[in-house]
Amino acid sequence: MRKGFFLGAALLVILAVLSMMTGPRFYSLSQLFNALFHSDPTRTVDIIIHTSRVPRTVLAMGVGAFLAVAGGLMQALTRNPLASPGLFGVNAGAALFIVFASSFFAISAPGSTLLLAFSGACATGILVWFASKVSNGQLNPLRLVLAGVAITALCNAFTQAILVIDQESLDTMLFWLAGSLARSDGASVYPVLFLGGVLVIVACMFAGQMSVLNAGEDIARGLGQNIARVRLLASIMVVGLAGCAVALAGNIGFIGLIVPHIARQLFGSHLRHTLPACALLGALLLLAADIVARVIILPQEVPVGVMTALMGAPFFILLAQRGGKYAG
Amino acid sequence: MPDSHIFRCGPLMREYSRSVLPIFLLCSVVTLLIIVSALSIGEVVLSVPQTLQLLFQPDDSAQSFILHELRLPRVILALLAGGGLGVAGLIMQTLVRNPLASPDTLGVTTGASVGALLWLSFFSLKYGSSAMPYAAMAGAAVAVSLIFLLSWRSGATPLRLVLTGVGVSALAGAIVTLILVFSPLTTTFSAWIWLSGSVYAASWDKVLQLLGIYLWALPILLVLLRYMKILQLNDSLAIGLGVAIHPRRILLLLACVLLSGGAISLVGAMTFVGLIAPHLARLIIRSGFFSQLLITACCGGCMVIIADLLARTLFLPADLPAGIFVALAGAPLFLWLLIRQRT
Repeated sequence: MRKGFFLGAALLVILAVLSMMTGPRFYSLSQLFNALFHSDPTRTVDIIIHTSRVPRTVLAMGVGAFLAVAGGLMQALTRNPLASPGLFGVNAGAALFIVFASSFFAISAPGSTLLLAFSGACATGILVWFASKVSNGQLNPLRLVLAGVAITALCNAFTQAILVIDQESLDTMLFWLAGSLARSDGASVYPVLFLGGVLVIVACMFAGQMSVLNAGEDIARGLGQNIARVRLLASIMVVGLAGCAVALAGNIGFIGLIVPHIARQLFGSHLRHTLPACALLGALLLLAADIVARVIILPQEVPVGVMTALMGAPFFILLAQRGGKYAG
Repeated sequence: MPDSHIFRCGPLMREYSRSVLPIFLLCSVVTLLIIVSALSIGEVVLSVPQTLQLLFQPDDSAQSFILHELRLPRVILALLAGGGLGVAGLIMQTLVRNPLASPDTLGVTTGASVGALLWLSFFSLKYGSSAMPYAAMAGAAVAVSLIFLLSWRSGATPLRLVLTGVGVSALAGAIVTLILVFSPLTTTFSAWIWLSGSVYAASWDKVLQLLGIYLWALPILLVLLRYMKILQLNDSLAIGLGVAIHPRRILLLLACVLLSGGAISLVGAMTFVGLIAPHLARLIIRSGFFSQLLITACCGGCMVIIADLLARTLFLPADLPAGIFVALAGAPLFLWLLIRQRT
C-alpha cells in the first residue's frame, strides 16, 4: 500500500518534469533546471516555462485530483458505480452560465468566466440537492441521481437553445465542451486551486465517516452517526471540488468516473485509502493525458477532455470486464 | 368477477389485470387528443372539426395538403420515435436493473451520433445526406456489438454491460467532440442541430422506414416480454426458475437497439425521452410490465409530439429542434413529480 503511494508520487514527479519539457518545442532537462532555479526574465525559454508550462502542469494535477476525489466521494455517497460528479449538474450549470453571459451580456473575459462557471456549478449543485431532499432532511441516493439527471438535461437544453439561436457563441462553447488546460490568466487561477486543494485534504480526513456510512444506513445509524449531516457535507465537498475543476478547465468528463474504479482496484475499497489514491491517480491521469494531447498531432492540440476519454475509456472497459463492482 | 384475465395462446400466454383498463383508456384518449391538437395547430391554424373532416375526407385544398403531407407524417414520426425510445428505455432499465439506464448508457445514442457525424463531415458533400440514417444505424450497431463482445464472458451480466456501455459511450462521445472541434463551423452547426434531435422535414418515407425497422423488433417483444418479470430477479433465481437468461437478454437488448437506433437514426439524438418516459409511466402505473410498456410508449410519444408542437409554434418563423423542448418540458415535469413524491 505505502509502496504504491510512493511509486505513484515518484511517477507524478517524473510526469510533471516531462510535462514542463514538452510542448510545441521541447526543452532539455538542463534548460528546465536553469529556468526554474536560475531564472533569467529576458530568455524566451524561461518566459515560456514560467508563463505557460508551469501553470499548465500545476493546473492539470490540480484539476485531475479534484475531479477524481469528487468522483470517489460521489460514488460512495450514491453507492452507485456509475455516478460521477457531473451528476450534480456542475458541468451543465457552468456551461449554461457561461453561454448565457456571453450571448446576452457579451461577457467573455477569462477571469469573469471563471467566476461564472464556479457560480453556475454551485447553483445547479444546490438545486439538485434541494430537489432530491426528502421532507425529513435526508438525502436519498436514488433521488439525488434522478434529480441530477433531470437538472443536467434542463441546463443542457437551455444551453442548446441559446446556441441554436445565437450561432456566434457556438465557437466559444466548443472550447468549453471539450475542456482545456491552456489558460492565459495565471493570477485568477490560484485562489480556485487553493480552495480545491483545501477541499481535497478535508475530504481525505472525512473518509472515515464516509466508510461508516458505506457499511449501510442501518449500521451507520446504529453506530450513532448523523447520516443526514454526513451526506450533506459530502455533497458540499463534491459540488465544491467539481465546481473548482469545471471553472478551471471546462468540461473534462471521464476522470471523475473512472479514477475511483482504478483506485479501488489498486488500493482497496476502504475510503481512507481510496480517496488519497484518487487524488494521486487523478493528477497522474490528467497530466499524462495532457502531455499526450499536446504532442499527438503537432503542431495542433487535441482537446484534453477528448484525450482523457480516449485514453481512459479502454482502461475502464478493461476494468469493467474484471468485475468493477462498487464494493463500498 | 375475477380480478384478472388470462389470455392463453402458446408462447403468447399472458395475464391481464382488469384494474389497469381505465388507465389504458385514459392514456389512449389523452394521446389522441394531443395528436389532434398537434395536427390542427401550426402556422396555418385549423379548427378541430375541420381537421377531423380533412383527415377522413382529403380534398385538393391547401389545408388538406398541409395536413396530410406536412403535419400528419411529422406527428406520426414523433409518436413512433418517442414511443420507441421510451419502450427501449423501459426494457433497458428493467434488464440492467438500473433506473439510469437508457439508450445513452448502452451506447446506442453516441454510436449513432458518431456514424451520423462521420457521414456529415466526410461523405455528405459527395453523396448527399439522404443516407445519413443508415450511417447512424450502422454506428449504433457497431457500438452495441462492441459493448456485447467486450462484456461477454460466458454470459453478460447486467452490471458488466452497463459499465462497458458507459466506457464505449465515453469513447464515442470523445470522437463526437473531436469531430465537432476540428470540422468547419458550418458542419459543426448542422451537426449540433442533429445532436439536439428534430423531426423537421418528416415525410411518409421516413415513417415507413421507421415502421419497417420496428417490425423487426415486434416478434421479439411479443414472445419475450413475459419473461421480463423473471429477468428482473437476480440471475441465479432466474436460472433456478428454469429460464435460460442469456439468449433472452441478448434478444431483448437487440430489440431495444432496433427500437432506439431506428428512432435516433431518423430524428437525431433525442436523448432525454428514453430515460424519462419509463419513469413517468411508473408514476402513472406501478404494476405489470406489459401495462407499463404501453403507458411508456404513450408517454414517450406524447412527449415528443408536444415538444415538437412547442418547437415549431413558439418562435414562429423559426422551427427549432424538438429535442431541446423535450428536455425543457420533460425535466421540470420530472422534477415536479420527484418533489411531489416526498413522504
